[in-house]
Amino acid sequence: MVDQSQARLMKQIKFLKAQDVVFWFVGLFVLAGAFLILFALIYDMAQTGIPRINQEFFFNFPSRFAGKAGIYAAWVGSLCVVLVTALLAIPLGVATGVYLEEYAPKGWFSRLIELNILNLAGVPSIIYGIMALSLFVYQFGLKQSILTAGMTLGLLILPIIIVTTREAIRTIPNHIREASYALGATKWQTVSSHIIPYSFGGIMTGVVIALSRAIGETAPLLTVGAVAFIAFLPTAPVMATAPYVSAQWLMDPYTVMPIQMFNWISRPQEEFHVNAAAAGIVLLSMTLVLNALAIFIRYRFRKKYKW
Amino acid sequence: MVKNIKAEVKNLTFSYDKASTGRPVLNSVSLPVHEKSVTALIGPSGCGKTTLLRCFNRMHDLYGSVKYEGKIILQPSGFDILSNEVDPLEVRMKVGMVFQKPNPFPKTIYENVAYGLKIRGIKKKSYIDDKVEDSLKKAGLWKEVSDRLKASASALSGGQQQRLCIARALATEPELLLLDEPTSALDPISTAHIEELVGELKKTVTILMVTHNLHQAGRASDFTAFMYLGDLIEFGESSQVFTNPKEEKTENYITGRFG
Amino acid sequence: MKYKLRRQLTEKLIEFILFLAAASSVVITFFIIYTLVTEAFPFFKEVGFKDFIFETEWTPLFENAKYGIAALVSGTVLTTTIALFVALPFGIITSVFLSEYANDKVREVFKPMLELLAAVPTVVYGYFAMQLVTPFLQKIFPDLSGFNALSAGLVMGIMIVPYVSSLSEDAMRAVPQQLREGSLALGASKFQTSFRVVIPSAFSGIASAFILAISRALGETMVVAIAAGLEPKFGFNPLGPTETLTAYIVQVSQGDLPQGSIGYRTIYVCGIVLLLFTLTFNVIGQTIRHRMEKKVK
Repeated sequence: MVDQSQARLMKQIKFLKAQDVVFWFVGLFVLAGAFLILFALIYDMAQTGIPRINQEFFFNFPSRFAGKAGIYAAWVGSLCVVLVTALLAIPLGVATGVYLEEYAPKGWFSRLIELNILNLAGVPSIIYGIMALSLFVYQFGLKQSILTAGMTLGLLILPIIIVTTREAIRTIPNHIREASYALGATKWQTVSSHIIPYSFGGIMTGVVIALSRAIGETAPLLTVGAVAFIAFLPTAPVMATAPYVSAQWLMDPYTVMPIQMFNWISRPQEEFHVNAAAAGIVLLSMTLVLNALAIFIRYRFRKKYKW
Repeated sequence: MVKNIKAEVKNLTFSYDKASTGRPVLNSVSLPVHEKSVTALIGPSGCGKTTLLRCFNRMHDLYGSVKYEGKIILQPSGFDILSNEVDPLEVRMKVGMVFQKPNPFPKTIYENVAYGLKIRGIKKKSYIDDKVEDSLKKAGLWKEVSDRLKASASALSGGQQQRLCIARALATEPELLLLDEPTSALDPISTAHIEELVGELKKTVTILMVTHNLHQAGRASDFTAFMYLGDLIEFGESSQVFTNPKEEKTENYITGRFG
Repeated sequence: MKYKLRRQLTEKLIEFILFLAAASSVVITFFIIYTLVTEAFPFFKEVGFKDFIFETEWTPLFENAKYGIAALVSGTVLTTTIALFVALPFGIITSVFLSEYANDKVREVFKPMLELLAAVPTVVYGYFAMQLVTPFLQKIFPDLSGFNALSAGLVMGIMIVPYVSSLSEDAMRAVPQQLREGSLALGASKFQTSFRVVIPSAFSGIASAFILAISRALGETMVVAIAAGLEPKFGFNPLGPTETLTAYIVQVSQGDLPQGSIGYRTIYVCGIVLLLFTLTFNVIGQTIRHRMEKKVK
């Protein structure tokens, strides 16, 4: 006979309560531990790097001498590349998301595109890099240019933008669409004056997160030939003489923040590792600021609409 | 009909919010639950009948701080379900519950029934085997599933799933069995099965049942409590409450004038 | 009438433009496969398939070139395995904690922090692995070489914890509340409910999270390129240097690489092998996930 007595029951309850408390602490410990380790690492990197961060560091070009080297070309390059990336990926990604959610007939074709996007999102970034090396650098003849880099990263973050756009649109309840159609609006009128504005917060959150990923991405740019040693800035987009604007900068060679950092880590001399730490702090700040921005946008817009 | 009292609600006032000063969800409710019989809780939506039922195994404690005043005493031990010193786990080990929608775990039929025993730390296989068979027999499901105990519970029909949930609760020999509108998600035939089963079960178990269906309350219960806006309006033997209610509100409700 | 016609035309035109955008994603896939296959194809004319599979050395840029992909594959498998040893337990614990134990306040603190963990650029994780984790581990394992699979794998594991935990947490939160109530009403504790009811119910979602995480780890580049050393070696020694498929691609493409040279070809060969691995896990993971979503509905 199995003992079902009160005493045994109380013992079991005591055990279960203890187990729950233990797991609560294990969970907290693991999470807090992970963050503590991360903060320790960042703190350590900051200690090494921050003394190196000054105005010269931001406005010097790379140099053979660690003490004189800076990240001028790198941060300007990062901004130029991300600009190209954004111009390519945002319209293409949002348009695809809108098409799949609002237009695409449910059938084999939209299922194909859907599957395709899911798989594209799982393709390692380095694969985009070698694809771009063959296609953009050689076959299209775009060489190791800002345009190549921007397009490569644009394709890379496209799936992220598509997926978040779709998720944002999906949160809009159907009665909003029906209300618009009932007033005689066409599909595009419904999309442009209701769907996109209402999902704007969600879309922007995804876009900002995607761009922060692009800023930190290193591997594909290494393969399409970003050079670490660039001692000049891209051609200015505006000129004093006619035709006043120039797209020459798109075809210029470039370096970006993560490449610069990678280059410094890869050198054997300890002084360059200090530069790497400093560049790491700047890079980390850039991505964290973008992510904080994304969280802020999401928070703002979550409060705005209540269905 | 003279029966021993199995549980007793004494001046129970309940609010979902500790700080609330407004009207409580249950307002000084007192109610006896007689042993080896079926007590039905009826009343219009929002009257507090499900809330009262869920007090009996402290389900409210799962969702943040709630305020209980008064007592629910289990007899003959005199165990106060609502006492602060009592752990909700202990209450739930003594009081079983079956929900509106059948909620079998995505496990085998056997595992579902054995679950309550296993979480109590019982490991003896022969004992568990016997208990599983015994509970499934009591729930009237043994004949249908004895040859496929290792099959997934989700393959059963809705009515069978609900009887499985009853078997799951019975396996732990609860002192009191709570049924929260157990047939509201079922078709008429399955409903009839469950009602028949409830009539059979009351020979051995004390049952407290919330129901929306007045016919069901009339058919399947021995005692009926009518609740309205958090108050207990009337309690009595079902035959009396349904044929000769003392309160006007009760009469209006059972004759279909509101609700 | 004219207005109506123009309106219809605009509508059609816009739909067509949006369609083109959607179709472009298929074009990208086509280009990925096309470039990989055409650039790698001539390689297999020069190198026999047998050598490629059974040779254990990978020295394509040496005089006496050998093309044993197994050397790079073993490095990839090694670092991925180490990463999973970190990511699986930690991912499960965090997701159970966040979905079943933590109250809203605790969750609102930790979830954005987990997202930030995922936002740290991989090159920075690489720095951590090489500059901080390796010296620390060397105190525990004195034979640990300066570049090693262990610290790269560990850091990679931490890197994919947020990914595993957010996908598995989604799966656990999709488990209907009635199942939890059913278990708790029988007197089960939170721990019992989490591990005996919630996790089995969310099993396919959690499994797909792990499989997708494997695919992530296989394709991760910068951490291993920086911290694991660049020595292709067949074997599974976590304390020594190794090289993954991804790290090899990075290493070779940093040098001067004329189009059409054998070195150039090899990065596409590695790309194909890598893509086959990640795609397999990805397809399995997505299929399980898709089935789960259907079932939940």
